[in-house]
Amino acid sequence: MAEKYELKTKEVWDGNTAASHALRQAQVDVVAAYPITPSTPIVQNYSSYLADGYVDGEFVMVESEHSAMSACVGASAAGGRVATATSSQGYALMVEVLYQASGMRLPIVMTVVNRALASPLNIHGDHGDLYLGRDAGWIHLIANNPQEAYDMTLCAFKIAEDEDVRLPVTTNQDGFLVSHTAQIVEPLDDETAYKFVGDYKQKNPMLDFDHPVTYGAQTEEEWHFEHKARQHKALMDSPKVIEKVFAEFKELTGREYKLVESHNMEDAEVAIVAMGSNYETAKIAADEARKAGIKAGVVCPRSFRPFPIKEMAETLKNVKAIAALDRNCPMGTIGALHNEVAGAINAFGQNAIITGYIYGLGGRDTTVAHNLEVFKDLAMNAEAGKRVTPLQKFINLRGPELSFFKVGE
Amino acid sequence: MKNIGNLKEFATTPDRFQGGHRLCPGCAHSIIVREVVNATEDDIVVSTATGCLEVCSSIYPYTSWDVSWLHIGFENAAAGISGAEAMYKALKRKGKLPVDKPAKFLAFGGDGGTYDIGFQSLSGAAERGHDFMYVCLDNEGYMNTGGQRSSATPVGAHTTTSPRGRISYGEKNWKKDLTMIMSHHGCPYVATAVPSKWKDLATKAAKGFDTEGPVFLNTLSPCTTEWKFDPADTIMISDLAVDSCVFPLYEIENGTKLTITYRPKNKIPVRDYLGAQGRFSHLFKKGNEHLIDAWQKHTDEYWEYLQRREEAGV
Repeated sequence: MAEKYELKTKEVWDGNTAASHALRQAQVDVVAAYPITPSTPIVQNYSSYLADGYVDGEFVMVESEHSAMSACVGASAAGGRVATATSSQGYALMVEVLYQASGMRLPIVMTVVNRALASPLNIHGDHGDLYLGRDAGWIHLIANNPQEAYDMTLCAFKIAEDEDVRLPVTTNQDGFLVSHTAQIVEPLDDETAYKFVGDYKQKNPMLDFDHPVTYGAQTEEEWHFEHKARQHKALMDSPKVIEKVFAEFKELTGREYKLVESHNMEDAEVAIVAMGSNYETAKIAADEARKAGIKAGVVCPRSFRPFPIKEMAETLKNVKAIAALDRNCPMGTIGALHNEVAGAINAFGQNAIITGYIYGLGGRDTTVAHNLEVFKDLAMNAEAGKRVTPLQKFINLRGPELSFFKVGE
Repeated sequence: MKNIGNLKEFATTPDRFQGGHRLCPGCAHSIIVREVVNATEDDIVVSTATGCLEVCSSIYPYTSWDVSWLHIGFENAAAGISGAEAMYKALKRKGKLPVDKPAKFLAFGGDGGTYDIGFQSLSGAAERGHDFMYVCLDNEGYMNTGGQRSSATPVGAHTTTSPRGRISYGEKNWKKDLTMIMSHHGCPYVATAVPSKWKDLATKAAKGFDTEGPVFLNTLSPCTTEWKFDPADTIMISDLAVDSCVFPLYEIENGTKLTITYRPKNKIPVRDYLGAQGRFSHLFKKGNEHLIDAWQKHTDEYWEYLQRREEAGV
């Protein structure tokens, strides 16, 4: 039996510590992991909990992230609660197995501390890894600060393991800006946290020897499509459970989470859509912009997959101009978040002007002032009633100005 | 440890690997797999690397496995089983599984999934000391994808990526000595086996199941399709491999005690083994004779080495 860890009602935790405590409190049966900056502290913290008797599951310190996710798959199929953590290159090495985990409908929870992908090598934050796993069939939840990193990790177990979901879930937090930035976090005590997550409910476990199961079968052209379509349906249906879990969490903690988070959107005429720590920065910028007479708001999808298409369109239905901020280099097109948002508003007949911004790659600072500049662009578009700024701009990029699809080009 | 008994008894063990699979007629894989999974009465969980065995035994909505079975990918059979074994230990410790009913953890991989792409995952799982047995079904090439060379392909073999040609005699490198490499991982038990010596194989499998910690069993699996021999001759080819000492049967306990488990009464020339397979037919052509001599020399030297180790008790 694991020892109880005495926590204060308010702790000063960075995102990694917050996620580690959530894993500990969920009494995970098997953690299989490999260290990588900036998620390494999660692996180290978990090792310390084990060394001090605060967890009584198995910790498998594997030889690579590929084996980390493979061992998670084996453990999850065996029939128990499983979690891991990674970043960047480690995530890239896992990608093959991410698809296998979701294809087998295994409710693994993974904290991803978002970091840039090489080359050039860079240990700092951006969303290159998150975007890489976009179509891997996982639910991707976004945490914008250490409190949310804690909250989302607890919620992730409950969502993943729900009978109606049974899908793996990542909880994403920005490398360093969240993972290594200490803030006040209000944790639950161990019993309350575990009670919220609940006991693991087995489904077709390999360790039920009276009912042997085959995991990872082969399906060719006669069945593969049906399997993938059903998996997609499970993701498309999962918002109901995500909202249910968020509602229970609010009941318990008073902290409210939605599929689409927003700030100052009640009367906003222009809006920034962003995920991660810049959502926090943009909120401050929006308040500043309002002082300058721009009716600014900010929007963040809480889940990147499933993408809350309808809720996103609904949140943006009254704005005149939108900027979608992608913390990833789209390499030959417009940003993925831009395209998601553009698709969502288009699908519901809305015609706000939408532009895309690339920002923060490899940990490049994006400040309140930078977000204010974006709001000024949006105000120009809104006032003109048409797009007068380039379709794609770059925030805080050094060198000659870079943009694509300037008006008139 | 299960008493293997006589062939009649062993053959009547209820099958955990069922017929109706789609392996080639004459394929040694199914023979080996049955000999292994029937060598314990305990519950087992099996993980299998992508390859002939996997694609032929799990085509939805059918399965040949009457035990819990997992396939993830090509390179991670060992990592997958290590996760399942870790979960077993965790749930037992937490009182969520009966403590009095032992379960065994078993992984199968072809030589591609073991010697090559799965080597890292196998090495890691062995080093971490998981309680599992890994059985390599070594048919000396990527046979599931049409017979390409692997690091288990022996010198002179024709494969589709080391083809014989006007200026080529086929594969240029000697086979990687994976059994010894696994022994040096500190595995408490490693052994070689062939399907024709069924009692030797089943006894080693039973011993492997009974051993605590990582066990590696390297089995030679003659491939009728890519080695080019008649499907009826699988057992004969397997016997030729051990009677020529091309694939010697031995076991090593704790990395330090080597025992030869089969000594051919009449050691036959290597050319008899090579000559029985189409993949080596070009070695018998003028100009390639030196390769058969090299094979004989290599085989003799290795056989000598094993005997010296056995005599020295190391």
